[in-house]
Amino acid sequence: MLLRSSILLVGSALLVAACGSDDKGSRSGTSTTAAPLEKAGPVVEQYAKNVHANYVEALDKAKALQAAVDVFVAAPSAATQEAAKVAWVAARVPYRPSEVYRFYGGPIDDEMTGPEGAMNSWPLDENFIDYNADDANAGIVNHPDLVATIDAQALRGENEKGGEKNIATGYHAVEFLLWGQDNDAPSAKTTGKRPYTDYVTGTGGTAKNQDRRGQYLKVVAAMLVSDLEGLVAAWAPGAENYGKTFVADPKVAVTNMLTGMGAMANAELSGERMTVAYKNRDQEDEHSCFSDTTNADILGNALGIENVYLGRYGSTDGAGLDELVAAVDPALDASMKKALAETAAATAGLQGVPFDFAIASADGSPEREAVLKVIKALKVEAPLIVRIGTALGVTFKLEEPSEQL
Amino acid sequence: MRTSALFAVLLLAAASACSSSDGEPMEDPAADDPRSGGDTTVFDETRGAFAEPAANLHGDRRDNFFIGNAIFNRGWVSAPASVADFDGLGPVFNALGCSGCHTKDGRGRPPIEPGETFLSMLLRLSVPGKGPHGETVDEPTYGGQLQGNAILGVPPEGVAKITYEERPGTYADGAPFSLRRPTYAIDQLGYGPLATGTMISPRVAPAMIGLGLLEAIPEDAIVARADADDRDGDGISGRPNRVWDVAKQAVVLGRFGWKANQPSLSQQNQGAFNGDMGITSALFPAEQCTAAQTACAAALTGPTPQLRESLSDDVTYYSRLLAVPARRRTEDVAVRRGRRLFEKARCVACHVPAARTGVVEGFPELSEQSIRPYTDLLLHDLGDDLADGRPDFEANGNEWRTPPLWGIGLVKTVNRHELYLHDGRARGFAEAILWHGGEATSAREAFRTMPADDRAALVDFLGSL
Repeated sequence: MLLRSSILLVGSALLVAACGSDDKGSRSGTSTTAAPLEKAGPVVEQYAKNVHANYVEALDKAKALQAAVDVFVAAPSAATQEAAKVAWVAARVPYRPSEVYRFYGGPIDDEMTGPEGAMNSWPLDENFIDYNADDANAGIVNHPDLVATIDAQALRGENEKGGEKNIATGYHAVEFLLWGQDNDAPSAKTTGKRPYTDYVTGTGGTAKNQDRRGQYLKVVAAMLVSDLEGLVAAWAPGAENYGKTFVADPKVAVTNMLTGMGAMANAELSGERMTVAYKNRDQEDEHSCFSDTTNADILGNALGIENVYLGRYGSTDGAGLDELVAAVDPALDASMKKALAETAAATAGLQGVPFDFAIASADGSPEREAVLKVIKALKVEAPLIVRIGTALGVTFKLEEPSEQL
Repeated sequence: MRTSALFAVLLLAAASACSSSDGEPMEDPAADDPRSGGDTTVFDETRGAFAEPAANLHGDRRDNFFIGNAIFNRGWVSAPASVADFDGLGPVFNALGCSGCHTKDGRGRPPIEPGETFLSMLLRLSVPGKGPHGETVDEPTYGGQLQGNAILGVPPEGVAKITYEERPGTYADGAPFSLRRPTYAIDQLGYGPLATGTMISPRVAPAMIGLGLLEAIPEDAIVARADADDRDGDGISGRPNRVWDVAKQAVVLGRFGWKANQPSLSQQNQGAFNGDMGITSALFPAEQCTAAQTACAAALTGPTPQLRESLSDDVTYYSRLLAVPARRRTEDVAVRRGRRLFEKARCVACHVPAARTGVVEGFPELSEQSIRPYTDLLLHDLGDDLADGRPDFEANGNEWRTPPLWGIGLVKTVNRHELYLHDGRARGFAEAILWHGGEATSAREAFRTMPADDRAALVDFLGSL
């Protein structure tokens, strides 16, 4: 038995060695005319699988958030509010890296049907939703005369003709309804402090229209779930959907993958989300200003870039762009990996200090410097992504500005 | 032979040697230069062609462009919001961000689908008369433009509607064409009837490319082409608009806008923030609410100015440095033939191909550039059919500023439509030409009487710009 299997083993080893030497002969490492995208098929398929897995996780967590919100609204208390907040924070974790799947008109931001604006729009029009420090009667919550029934149709209705962006739904609407405005100075390092009693109908309730507020919160949480269901379906394997067409053309697919990475590294994350805030020091020019979790947003967005390059999502690490790059330019692959690692270290260095506090701090302070470090690290990534495109024989626009619509 | 006669003969000989064989003047060697924006030119034929930074912008200066770009793309929200820097939208507004109308920094259009609202177009409003500085007089209830959107609790001003009447015509060779004449109405007026004699002027959002270069063309170069009384008898009587500069508190040359009613990018931008989004600024500190719009006036708007000066500067910087995309197919035989026809028909009398920028302090990228915007930036009477009937400073009801034609061939890629002229009535280049009346009548007729393949070549040339 043992002998036979070892002969088999030796036999197969010889076979593999023979194949290996054949491959070495045909693949001359320096020739870029040996189609760098020849082996892109598995990479592109892995991406599609990862995107699907990512949205599945986001959907699961959004459903958990919806459940926690429903419990909170049915029985508002400090404990159920805290549970809903915890569920929100958990729901954001998978959404952040998925933002790198934007910028090429895929299911998330297809011009006509993409739910990105409805899901993650920012800044939020708080006055459109609820009361604020200056006006106790602001918002749809406090205006049954303007919006009698708060439902998805009423809230999406603002967006019917494809013109104005939906600015009152999505993750940050849920965040606003759970945490409220963060009105303290950045040095206080606190989040918004909305009391759970804003949802208590009957005695002990604070603010007004608690029932409508609860209804609004439930509706926007439910809308997140339905939007994510659409995204999961669009990428589900084995279906006649966007994912299927995506993997059918590896060159276009790789172009799109790089477009997402480049846009996130350059225009979106380092540019719009960080540099503007860094420069203007506006306290609340941060995406998750109510819960003060913007630092986690930054880390998650940067992680998304890394994921796409490595072919990774969560614990799954499959064929990635890195393999294609290493085959044509190993030094470039090494540089990109180094840049990604430095960005990851820089974003890790942001955690623990609220972003609004960091940008408001004095120039040269460790907090400000930590923000600048991330911006600089991303700016190293961006031109590398362009070079990767060139090495792989695809052209794409690095500086794709974020679309407001 | 006497010396002067000999000289004259020699000159004549020299002149005919320089002319081409059919007696036309020598061609400008740069006539087919694809670098319409000089050193700012980018080579891009994709949807992003209008949104690129100038090609000669580098380093930190290039990074600053993207800061302005981020602000240009931001959505503003009603005040008071947590993000104090970006609140103050409305109370009445047309769009909640710049790119809402200037989509992809490109050209707006009238609605196409039934029920579609004005997404990248607006109606200017005024009543007869001139303000203290020669400006238009706002309609007393609705102000200087119709704002179809509003923040919660404030009624929007109304819904703009267009109806079209087809007007068939024929080319000289018998081929038919049809032009569509628009009529405008405003439904669901939110604040009562419009004043009698209200003038309405429809305006699509113009593309944002090359604005810094246009701003950098020296004033005397523009004014030198003016010929208000048509002294040279060529039928063209361009004249500059003279408008009020709020910052300088003086009357100056106007160069931006459909009737050249804005003198500078900074005033144009702040004016747009104020009128189109309801955002107050250093130059325009008042909200767009009239006395009759009590809900509007009562709405909370936060402290003024809502547009922080640094953000305004960032946006102005950005709008100065948007690149001009290169021409395409300049080697194409039909395109070149079309160019010569464009010249022969004398379209170039107003759509002057070339210009040169002066030195712009602080902006080496824009300085001393040879550019090809195809405009003289002057006002011309285009006839009654194309008139809006609404004077604007020194522009009368029939006059329009010659719009630049650079990039116009890419509108169909960037903005996915081919609707031209100030109100997008023209479906394609041919219809746009056929609407040209007044001073442009003979050029239009030259086009209308061209054989079909010449017309096609000229249209092809426009598509290459």
